Amino acid sequence: MDIKVHVRESDADAYVVELGGEIDVYTSPKVKDAITELIDQGHYNLVINLEKVRYIDSTGLGVLIGGLKRVREHGGTVNLVCTNPQIKKIFDITGLVKIFGIFDDEQSAKKALA
Amino acid sequence: MAETSFDLLGTVELQIPSKPEWVAVARLAVAAIANRLPFSVEEIEDVKLAIAEACTICIQQAPSSNVIAITCEAATGYLRVRVRDHRDAARTEELTDKRPSTLAVEGLGIFLIQALMDVVEYRVDSESGTELVMTKRVSA
Repeated sequence: MDIKVHVRESDADAYVVELGGEIDVYTSPKVKDAITELIDQGHYNLVINLEKVRYIDSTGLGVLIGGLKRVREHGGTVNLVCTNPQIKKIFDITGLVKIFGIFDDEQSAKKALA
Repeated sequence: MAETSFDLLGTVELQIPSKPEWVAVARLAVAAIANRLPFSVEEIEDVKLAIAEACTICIQQAPSSNVIAITCEAATGYLRVRVRDHRDAARTEELTDKRPSTLAVEGLGIFLIQALMDVVEYRVDSESGTELVMTKRVSA
């Protein structure tokens, strides 16, 4: 079981959090730490790239929801990049497709932040 | 569900420590069992997520619990998985402190299980512990 978290600055004020592996009750704190650190530094426009994520559970969703709530308090937003059908299905089932901007590629997700 | 018309193929019992790092073991083991039935890849993924959510609920409800017991009943027409924690009754007060902060995710977990499995029963009792029984039917 593994999770890879890579944070990089994108153009303008946006930051990209690239995740890879499995996000579950064990690994989600690491994702939460990365997102929290960015928000604490004053970065409120985030793209979270889930293209390399094989699995996500409710704790992972909880981390994403928590991040979105925090950035929205500062007028920011979180857009997701997600192409895995199984993960898209989880966002569909939970209704989170209506809350997050979900895109097929990073460029579109970044463009939608502007 | 007329389960009497199905042949029981086998029952597998598994215990994992009630700790986050062991949940992946439970979901992979149950996926291997589900793979022995004619489920689609998508249905096996559903079972994996449901079992992981059940284990996560047990851990969140009873952080003092020592083990989570998982019983898988594989039959020709269904897979039934029972997930339950073995609670340390002397330490249930910890649970009271823990509950408010985990309620939202716990609700999402139960919601996902109900969406992904065909039949779901669960019981959360502060004294006797948490038990979830989930059944996934094999599609015709």
